[in-house]
Amino acid sequence: MSVLVVAESSEGKLKKSTFEVVAYGKKVAEQLGTNMVVLAINANEPNQLYTYGAEKVLSVTNDALKTFNAKIYANVIQQAAEKESAAVVVVESNANGLYVAPMVAVSLNAGFASNVVALPSSTAPFTVKRKAFSSKGFNNTQITTDVKVIALAKNSYGLVEGEVAGTIEEFSPSVIESGVSSTSIEQTTGKITIADADIVVSGGRGLKGPENWGMVEELAEVLGAATACSKPVSDLGWRSHSEHVGQTGKPVASNLYIAIGISGAIQHLAGINSSKVKVVINTDPEAPFFKAADYGIVGDAFEVVPKLIEKLKNFKENNA
Amino acid sequence: MKILVCISHVPDTTSKINFTENDTKFDSNGVQFVINPYDEFALTRAMWFKEKQGASVTVVNVGNASTEATLRKALAIGADDAIRVNAEATDGLAVAKELAEIVKNGSFNLVLTGKESIDYNGGMVPGMLATLLDYNFVNACIGLEIEGETATVSREIDGGKEVLASSLPLVVAGQKGLVEEKDLRIPNMRGIMMARKKPLTVAEPIGAAVSTETTSFEKPAAKSACKIVDADNVDELVNLLHNEAKVI
Ligand SMILES: Cc1cc2nc3c(=O)[nH]c(=O)nc-3n(C[C@H](O)[C@H](O)[C@H](O)COP(=O)(O)OP(=O)(O)OC[C@H]3O[C@@H](n4cnc5c(N)ncnc54)[C@H](O)[C@@H]3O)c2cc1C
Ligand SMILES: Nc1ncnc2c1ncn2[C@@H]1O[C@H](COP(=O)(O)O)[C@@H](O)[C@H]1O
Repeated sequence: MSVLVVAESSEGKLKKSTFEVVAYGKKVAEQLGTNMVVLAINANEPNQLYTYGAEKVLSVTNDALKTFNAKIYANVIQQAAEKESAAVVVVESNANGLYVAPMVAVSLNAGFASNVVALPSSTAPFTVKRKAFSSKGFNNTQITTDVKVIALAKNSYGLVEGEVAGTIEEFSPSVIESGVSSTSIEQTTGKITIADADIVVSGGRGLKGPENWGMVEELAEVLGAATACSKPVSDLGWRSHSEHVGQTGKPVASNLYIAIGISGAIQHLAGINSSKVKVVINTDPEAPFFKAADYGIVGDAFEVVPKLIEKLKNFKENNA
Repeated sequence: MKILVCISHVPDTTSKINFTENDTKFDSNGVQFVINPYDEFALTRAMWFKEKQGASVTVVNVGNASTEATLRKALAIGADDAIRVNAEATDGLAVAKELAEIVKNGSFNLVLTGKESIDYNGGMVPGMLATLLDYNFVNACIGLEIEGETATVSREIDGGKEVLASSLPLVVAGQKGLVEEKDLRIPNMRGIMMARKKPLTVAEPIGAAVSTETTSFEKPAAKSACKIVDADNVDELVNLLHNEAKVI
């Protein structure tokens, strides 16, 4: 028996968010009294995983797996799970993780729980807490099959370190055919993506027009943050659709979310509720966002944001 | 082309969420149910294939009789017929197995779904369905064109998009971008009248076993009040974010 964690890398580099999943998997393995095995596909430095408790890494190096293909990856994960007699397979609740996990679950005849936010509250029955209703609630779900697949929501466990002396085993799975093939990938390069960002700075209709986004971008730059916006802002074409967050846009689960000139409508909040710390800057003290936020400033964004940028620059200089 | 659109029936986005029976049941009292927003994108795209490429469009839901109003709405938007599989939808895998049966029996070659249901946010039915059927599958789809047996599908990836080529049969899990929001359809009077006459078949379930069971629900812990910082004292916000929240 084992717990198999799928580590994700991008162009050979292990993703930071993957370390959280590995640390989580380690703890789940402890709860089950078994070992964790981490599957790393085309990762240049798989030994980085030792820091988060990976005693054993199955390292796959294969050019045929260079670009992500859900069907092929799901099959590789299945092969690894069968080889290691995995009782639990853990992936990250992100674009690729949620693409492969249901496929893996069917092929292993396993029950699947996505958006898991905590360690299993019990292992027999195997019970996990999941986000539901767009973060307006949680459900406690028992997985009743022998093999279980779970997808861990970002920022719900933490980057818990626990260095071990690990080993790397080369693993050469067979590569199946897929009826779906990638023809092109367009990456908005250089920018921090909303999915990966620790900090997200977001602007709403209160900013009046696209010409006023300079200060939002500058604030994001100072903080090393991604930029986002409310739905009307992207509908009006002030910002690109890829920045739209909320129930019908992208979900945000950052450490810090700063909302500028956003009222805090229920559909907006539904998508950003999972962020740890929320800050609102709004002229209207009655704006619903103040009920959801941790910190707030009642004030005009056009005065407050430039000040905030200046203070943060000073702060960074003093803490450099 | 025979298209099946999978419709899940969910609380409206503005619904207040409550639980009953000792937090073991979702409280549907006073809750308005709607077509899952992601499924509306799928349905609207299906209507385009019907009108421009002569596809037939069937909608399906796995659920109890209370979901029929939602299926009628899909008929009013323009689907040709509807199927309700008479089973409680409590587990993604079981729902996928029921849907697989419908796909096989109706030989649908394009299955359109939403990327997730906004109630339990499982995001699992489409991928499971595709795998059970051994159909091609694209998740988080933001664009779909079909020429003969070949589909060009775009999907959203972290920080960009990927364009994929696939043959039919195919399962696609869609979201905004599949069609634009302004193109989403609202049933009109004529559609509603016509929907009354369209067939809505109730299919008996195969009784697929469940693999998960929800034992209880919780609401998020009550949040402590928002700390208000004076607009003339922005330093204090920087200080709090650094020393108290520890996020910068
Ligand atoms: C089915 C459905 C799905 C939806 N999905 C989403 C979604 O995914 N994401 C989303 O964001 N919305 C979504 N919405 C829309 C949502 O209901 C709100 O309409 C939207 O979030 C409001 O955007 P806003 O806060 O930018 O604008 P507004 O509501 O117009 O708020 C602007 C705010 O700016 C403040 N303001 C004005 N001037 C200033 C200033 N100088 N300085 C500081 N503050 C100022 C105002 O006090 C106000 O609170 C959805 C709606 C529906 C019906
Ligand atoms: N009970 C159901 N009946 C029909 N389709 C469903 C059902 N549940 C989920 N689906 C489809 O699967 C998609 C993803 O749902 P889920 O896996 O529940 O998040 C939805 O957008 C629907 O298209």
